[in-house]
Amino acid sequence: MATRSVVPFGPQHPVLPEPIHIDLVLEDEKVIEAIPSIGFIHRGLEKLVEKKDFQEMVYVAERICGICSFGHGYGYVDAIEHIMSIEVPERAKYLRMILFELSRLHSHLLWLGLLADAFGFESLFMDTWRIREGILDMFEESTGGRVIFSINKVGGVRRDIPDEMLKRFVKKLDEIESEVGVAARAFLEDSAVKTRLCGIGKLTAREAEELGCCGPMLRASGIRRDTRKLGYLAYDDIDFDIIASDVGDSYARTEVRLGEIFQSIDIIRQAVSKLPGGETEAPVKGFPDGEYMTRIEQPRGEACYYVKANGKKFIQRMRVRTPTFANIPALTKILQGCDMADVPIMVVTIDPCISCTER
Amino acid sequence: MNIKEVTADTILKEAQAMKIEKYRLIQICATKVEEGNIELLYTFGDRNDEAHFRFVTDGKTPIPSISHLYWPAFLYENEIHDLYGIHVDNMVLDYRGGLYRTAEKAPMVKE
Repeated sequence: MATRSVVPFGPQHPVLPEPIHIDLVLEDEKVIEAIPSIGFIHRGLEKLVEKKDFQEMVYVAERICGICSFGHGYGYVDAIEHIMSIEVPERAKYLRMILFELSRLHSHLLWLGLLADAFGFESLFMDTWRIREGILDMFEESTGGRVIFSINKVGGVRRDIPDEMLKRFVKKLDEIESEVGVAARAFLEDSAVKTRLCGIGKLTAREAEELGCCGPMLRASGIRRDTRKLGYLAYDDIDFDIIASDVGDSYARTEVRLGEIFQSIDIIRQAVSKLPGGETEAPVKGFPDGEYMTRIEQPRGEACYYVKANGKKFIQRMRVRTPTFANIPALTKILQGCDMADVPIMVVTIDPCISCTER
Repeated sequence: MNIKEVTADTILKEAQAMKIEKYRLIQICATKVEEGNIELLYTFGDRNDEAHFRFVTDGKTPIPSISHLYWPAFLYENEIHDLYGIHVDNMVLDYRGGLYRTAEKAPMVKE
């Protein structure tokens, strides 16, 4: 008879950049049950609506997480702009979309590095992070920040990005595209890598839907849902398909994220070629009064931003539902029945962002 | 935002109707409102469509869990319990206050 034991995974573990704890119930080397718990880095950021006015809350929203920073800032201001019926200038929408896709690029490259590190391919880890540096340089040159950009404001963007600079970025992205192409061959064709990813952590389309998954985790299981198709910002003007796979394993999740890197580069190219001129911000008068929920596609999946205000300087509520929060139930499912040795890979393949999740 | 006002007693019925319509659970959100009450907003979605349901609770009366209909709801309900101090009945996975490690209980309702 197999011996049953409980092994704690995390909150500190070599594959975890942020703390999450999972109690793994094992029968010999097989995981029978996994119970996750969070709460190590809960900062109560949503409660700061009581102390920061609705304009200052943009800075708080951006600081929910260092990887999804741009999206958090945008999600919050979009909800406020809807409540206040502010018509954001077209150029600002395009600039936000370009920066959003650059954020997706750097997030996916960061994740690829973490994945390579998890399966012990150190040179591949360093290579993907070296490529990512090029994206961070673009952020620094265009916004002044490498992690927190503070470029979003209610009504538009805080500064314009010159057309010449954007054209230079597109040229740089051509180089990045070919470098990612080389790295992608290692991720998708190397036999040792495939051994660690293929058939590991399988999630069917039905399970992914029932467990409330979102983002690449959902699309890798065959559900073609991408919040960008709702058409916010200028995504309606851009030609792109939803990248998905029907396999549902860790390899499929890698394949989808790699595909999205190339897709983001293409979206940026299209956006720069269609970039309209004009103003980058609209005037903001008065205080927000009403409520609105924005849904956007963060690099890890669908994120929701709910704002409720009553016409005063301080809003009543800002609530952020992050993609990792939605993907945690699926993590418990894919861990059931796996080998103990595969747990780190599976935890990494949901691309957990715990700072976002706990806020 | 079109929000249907419901009660704690009818939220299960509404969630069941959403499940039959194949809507997914997008989120559950608690908001502190006047006189110590707490407003609960449930959001379901089907592709581009969203359905919102809301009811107000006094924060002391237990509310029903929808986690036997929507399994991932247990995470939202534990969060609401830990941050707002609302007891949720019959969660499929009850952390008993251990999901968030907060320095004080129910910090979101503190003045």
